[in-house]
Amino acid sequence: MDTIPFEHGLLLASALFALGLVGVTTRRNIVFVLMSLEIMLNATGLVFVVGSSKWGHADGQIMFLMILTLAAAEVAVGLALIIQLYRRFKTVDIDVLSQLKG
Amino acid sequence: MFESLGLLPTFPLLGFLTLFLAGGFLPRRMIGLIGAGSIGLSFLVALSIVMPFLSGDSEEVRHVVYTWLSVGNFESTFGLYLDGLTVVMILVITGVGFLIHLYSTGFMIDDPSFSRFFAIMNLFVASMLILVIADNLLLLYLGWEGVGLCSYLLIGFWYTDPENGYAARKAFVTTRVGDTSMAIGLFLLFTQLGTLDIQSLLVFAQDRWDIGSGFAIAATLLLLGGAVGKSAQLPLQTWLPDAMAGPTPISALIHAATMVTAGVYLIARMHPLFELAPNVQLLVALIGLATLLIAGFTAMTQHDIKRILAYSTISQIGYMFLGLGVGAWSASIFHLMTHAFFKALLFLGAGTVILSLHHEHDIFKMGGKWRQLPVAFASFMIGSLALAAFPFTSGYFSKDEILIGALAVEGVGLWLWLGGVVGAFFTGIYSFRLVFVVFFGESRGHHDEGEVTGLAMALPLFVLMVLALLGGFIHIPVDNVFSHGAALGAAHEEHSVSTFMHAVMIVVPLLGIGVSYLFYCAGVFSVSSLMKLPLAKTLHSFWYSGWGFDCLYKLLFISPFLWLSKVNRRDVVDTFYAGIVVLSVFGNAVSVRSQSGLLRWYILSIVIGIVLLVSLGAFL
Amino acid sequence: MSFLFYAGGAVALISTLFVILQTNVVHALIYLVLSLLAVAVVFFSLGAPFVALLEAIVYAGAIMVLFLFVVMMLNLGQTTREQEKAWLPPRVWLIPVVLATVLLSGLLSSFPANSIEVTEVGVMEVSGLLFGPYVLAVELASFLLLAGLISAYHLAKSR
Repeated sequence: MDTIPFEHGLLLASALFALGLVGVTTRRNIVFVLMSLEIMLNATGLVFVVGSSKWGHADGQIMFLMILTLAAAEVAVGLALIIQLYRRFKTVDIDVLSQLKG
Repeated sequence: MFESLGLLPTFPLLGFLTLFLAGGFLPRRMIGLIGAGSIGLSFLVALSIVMPFLSGDSEEVRHVVYTWLSVGNFESTFGLYLDGLTVVMILVITGVGFLIHLYSTGFMIDDPSFSRFFAIMNLFVASMLILVIADNLLLLYLGWEGVGLCSYLLIGFWYTDPENGYAARKAFVTTRVGDTSMAIGLFLLFTQLGTLDIQSLLVFAQDRWDIGSGFAIAATLLLLGGAVGKSAQLPLQTWLPDAMAGPTPISALIHAATMVTAGVYLIARMHPLFELAPNVQLLVALIGLATLLIAGFTAMTQHDIKRILAYSTISQIGYMFLGLGVGAWSASIFHLMTHAFFKALLFLGAGTVILSLHHEHDIFKMGGKWRQLPVAFASFMIGSLALAAFPFTSGYFSKDEILIGALAVEGVGLWLWLGGVVGAFFTGIYSFRLVFVVFFGESRGHHDEGEVTGLAMALPLFVLMVLALLGGFIHIPVDNVFSHGAALGAAHEEHSVSTFMHAVMIVVPLLGIGVSYLFYCAGVFSVSSLMKLPLAKTLHSFWYSGWGFDCLYKLLFISPFLWLSKVNRRDVVDTFYAGIVVLSVFGNAVSVRSQSGLLRWYILSIVIGIVLLVSLGAFL
Repeated sequence: MSFLFYAGGAVALISTLFVILQTNVVHALIYLVLSLLAVAVVFFSLGAPFVALLEAIVYAGAIMVLFLFVVMMLNLGQTTREQEKAWLPPRVWLIPVVLATVLLSGLLSSFPANSIEVTEVGVMEVSGLLFGPYVLAVELASFLLLAGLISAYHLAKSR
């Protein structure tokens, strides 16, 4: 077993997170927004796994499992919402779906 | 026996409550019965108290009904106090009050607000009684404000005419100036002497303050302010002539017989305090003298029958102040009583004239009415004789005593006396000008009207005629109250009043009556030819306007105030609060723009926040 | 093992970049699957084989297939490519990229310099903890999934 610098693991997670962030803030297609959200969630999970192997504990992996569950539920609800919104407004542009401004 | 002192204001108060709450449901006879009856009962109670008081040794009586307020070391009781001065006042208030109420049952019978009239009248009598039987200044102040309120309500009784409302407000605001001064006076007395109980307060004051000390001067000046406001003396006299907007019985009861003399009562009640401040006492005399002269001149020029009587009231209260100022306390109270008799008589007579002639107020539209209105003529004849101090009428005795008291003062005494005599001369002129113009000469209108009269209206007039004629022979039991002052005055009296002066005091009013006769009855001189002189014309218009006091106050107070309120129409202080409103509206507009509904902007702002937080953690 | 880490990491970064740059939804999805698989490789290199498997099966398998189904249902394909291009002029990238860079540099400066002794934490340890101290969390996760299932069914129902 060889060693990997801890900060490299964190750097990878941060880079993935930043990319996801750019995706969320840039894209107007709601499907892409949801995908970018998945990237960010995954990056967060990566941090837990890196921590888990740094200290040799299994707790980090369990956190990742929780995030996995969360992601599954979130994707299910999110996709259902996308379907419903598309039925109603015939678009996937989130800028059109701005009724929340009141 | 003296426990029934508390019943005195109770009956009018009950009458007020009954009429106020149930007046709308009662028939008019019932309202009249309750209104006048409550005062009648009060009068009987007053008699039942006064009789044993007079037959006894005339010692003062105190009776505490209950403790009103008790805060820290301050305690104000609902305490009642009876001495000679109070006896005179309660008899005048309930006696004259009852007669005027009785008269009102006839006078006001056609008024739609019959019950409201009697309700407020009863409340007034209750307040006035509380004022005079209070044993402490706080309770006195309660009555003081109570009569002020009733005065306001009754001046504006016919409130549908805005003029009347204006007169009521003027009276209220003007007396408020005096009342504020009096309230400050009470504060001063309490902080300095630690009590508001009148008797102990006077004792403390005499113990702690030297004659002419600063506190005594300040306290008496402030109390004088209150008295001046209530009694319509210079410089707060302007409200009384306008107060004649109310029904005539009101003018008789409140603005002639009782309320306006409350200031006289206050000063008489607090006289040991005023004796500690001789300069202020002299000021009282000077105010009285100036007021009686100014009001006398003005009364000669007025056309309105009630305004003439109002100015004459101011002038007569000026005499009372003159008496107070020269230390002739009992003479002042004596004049207060006789004035209540003959001025009530005059006002009620004027009420009969006005009612009979269908609310005609201008005396120059009357004339030759003595055949037409015999009862009113008799009232006016007797009332004016008393007012002008015709020998052996009631006014003669009381005014005489005041003038003799004025002579007793060293130094300025002769001048005060001279001023009073000149005032008496003008009193003769204006009182008989009224009589001659209204009742003699040829009729100038209203030929056909008969006299409105009935037992309810005639009886009080007859009783008051008797009192006005013979009231001077009543001996008022105030010697114990003013014992030291009276002794002092008597000592001076011995050597300073000569027969010549007595003769002058008798002749001068007669001269006034004679001049009035020459002008207005015999027609030897004519007012209109006198008016052709420019000086006389100027003087006439100046006097007619009440020496321009209204204009002066308008210039000094009203116009600047109106100007200020005009300038400050958009309240300056308000701009601060308006600023807060503008700021929050602006903030709202800004934050509304941030709520675009665009999700990416929301995320972006969250990211900016996170970046800031991370940078804080990382770079700091 | 470190070679696996760096290779997987590089593939994950590049494919993720393609995900956010793509205009075709299906292509983007494929890149996302690739990225997730690369992350699974990274997990494996970090000594977490169980999690790596789950990543591949659940994330890259199940969830992405869900996406694929939805994309097929909405019929977003060739027709929306032009639309996507019109939505993505170069200037819209500026602010997000700047912000993400600042955030990244902020995070970078706070990393502790340390090294990881890669030791395998296998299924045994994970499942031991999972059904030991964390059993309540597992139950809650199952509730979450149930709630997600019901709400997804409810929301996607056509009225």
